[in-house]
Amino acid sequence: MIQVYVLWLREMKRLVRSKSRFFSSLFMPLMFLLFLSSGFSGVKFQGIENYTEYLTPGIAAMAVVFSSTFAGLSVLWDREFGFLKEISVAPVSNTAVVCGRIAGSATTSTLQAMAIVILSIPIGFSTTLYGVLTSFFFVVLMAVTFTGMGLVFASVIKDFHGFGMVMNFVIFPLFFLSGAMFPISKLPSFIRIFAYANPMFYGVSGMRLALISNCLSPAYLLISLFFSVITVLVAARAFERI
Amino acid sequence: MHAIVAECLEKNFDVKAVDCVSFKVKKGSIFALLGPNGAGKTTLTGILTTLIKPDSGYAEVAGFSIGEKMEVRKRIGVVFQEPALDTKLTAKENLEFHAMLYGMKRKEREERIPSALKLVGLEKWENVLVEKFSGGMKRKLEIARAFVHEPEVLFLDEPTLGLDVQTRRNIWDYITSLRDRGVTIFMTTHYIDEAENLCDTVAIMDRGRIVKIGKVDELKKELGEGTVYIELEKADVSKLKSLEGVIDVILSGNVVQINCTNVELLLPKLFKLLDGIKSVKVKNPDLEDVFLKLTGRRFE
Ligand SMILES: Nc1ncnc2c1ncn2[C@@H]1O[C@H](COP(=O)(O)OP(=O)(O)O)[C@@H](O)[C@H]1O
Ligand SMILES: [Mg+2]
Repeated sequence: MIQVYVLWLREMKRLVRSKSRFFSSLFMPLMFLLFLSSGFSGVKFQGIENYTEYLTPGIAAMAVVFSSTFAGLSVLWDREFGFLKEISVAPVSNTAVVCGRIAGSATTSTLQAMAIVILSIPIGFSTTLYGVLTSFFFVVLMAVTFTGMGLVFASVIKDFHGFGMVMNFVIFPLFFLSGAMFPISKLPSFIRIFAYANPMFYGVSGMRLALISNCLSPAYLLISLFFSVITVLVAARAFERI
Repeated sequence: MHAIVAECLEKNFDVKAVDCVSFKVKKGSIFALLGPNGAGKTTLTGILTTLIKPDSGYAEVAGFSIGEKMEVRKRIGVVFQEPALDTKLTAKENLEFHAMLYGMKRKEREERIPSALKLVGLEKWENVLVEKFSGGMKRKLEIARAFVHEPEVLFLDEPTLGLDVQTRRNIWDYITSLRDRGVTIFMTTHYIDEAENLCDTVAIMDRGRIVKIGKVDELKKELGEGTVYIELEKADVSKLKSLEGVIDVILSGNVVQINCTNVELLLPKLFKLLDGIKSVKVKNPDLEDVFLKLTGRRFE
């Protein structure tokens, strides 16, 4: 346990040292939020009353997914700079190492989601404290799932070239298939099937229900939990090969 | 008692990186693996530090089979060939991270971290980010870190690679002082002088195999070959070849180069035999000669 804490502490120290990276990683989601919500403000979508309201949870989820995948993949940097060896030769289990990383990335992601929700209030988003706190369940579970996924990918790809491939061919499609920017009901049915296999879909939907309707969906929560447990287990196995 | 025992360890990549390597390292001694680049030193170090699984063979480190990874890891410290520090943390934070990872209590940490930093002369730099450190400082910090949890066996893979003379000397001093505290040191090097100056036992490694193990002096004595250079007023070497112990005589200008098996015994005979000696130079065998003799190749 102490080892998980140490690894988490390291991530936090690094986060505090590179505040600018934290803020710049908020920049893209905020641009999406500002431009899409004001650009489409006059457009009437079927089944959506207020697009800003619809979009904000989606963009917060986007920040979470991108930053956690990145955190998982960043083990490549540790390998590149040799630090991974220091961890692999220490008397620490792979599970503890994976949990430490996930804990660090879940903290960062939660901070990011919180920042986006707060910054969206001036452009017309409204929620309750209860809604925000409930949405954190989904933030954390998504962070766990996608950090784990990043770690799994890091064990497969061996260089930074693969990093861009993962982002382009995995993360962006998952993002578009998650209902973050538009309801998946608009998608052709053969594509929609993929959305149901997408962990981000359940995360986004759970966050949206929490933030907008103040309710906690047990089904979404269970499914998200299921995805996160699976990815942690796979990641702990995969980590041996990094 | 032995701190490391290896029995016919093997590891194949595309090449045989480690080829049936066996040896023992006495507790509290400095053992050096000497070999050129690509000899398999890093791979062997990786096997002994539980990072690389051998294809076959058996090894014990600090009393535990290398299969019992956690038990071995608790008892060893490692300095890798490539730096393995977190450059975004300060020197002290790197050590603290390490100490906590090895389960050290706060009180122990507060005692040992400053003393480890002091040992390598970095106490004034404890709060500086490691990214600002020079190569030599990083290496010193890594040695301090590898020692902070008081391991029984310390592995150092090319600890002075690419460092200046002064820093190398310092690092030799730290290594010796750790040995004097009872730590067993396993190090690799491709510097012959390092092996000669620092180690109790040297194993010469080439192309995955250990070709020779012994104390430095013994190795040289066994080899026994030396070279005498004699400058003469008038070079007459006809009688030299028949002398006992002479292997080879090479004449260049007024200087005779005599390769022989035992310099000490030969010198008096040479003085008797030769007239008009202007100068004499003796070169005793070094590990370079040992390597050349054993492998038929120069040490690059
Ligand atoms: N991960 C690896 N994959 C393939 N070949 C390797 C690997 N590691 C080392 N080798 C090869 O094994 C041999 C020994 O390498 P190494 O142990 O690094 O030698 P040294 O440390 O003595 O320079 C070299 O020929 C090297 O190319
Ligand atoms: Mg090497």
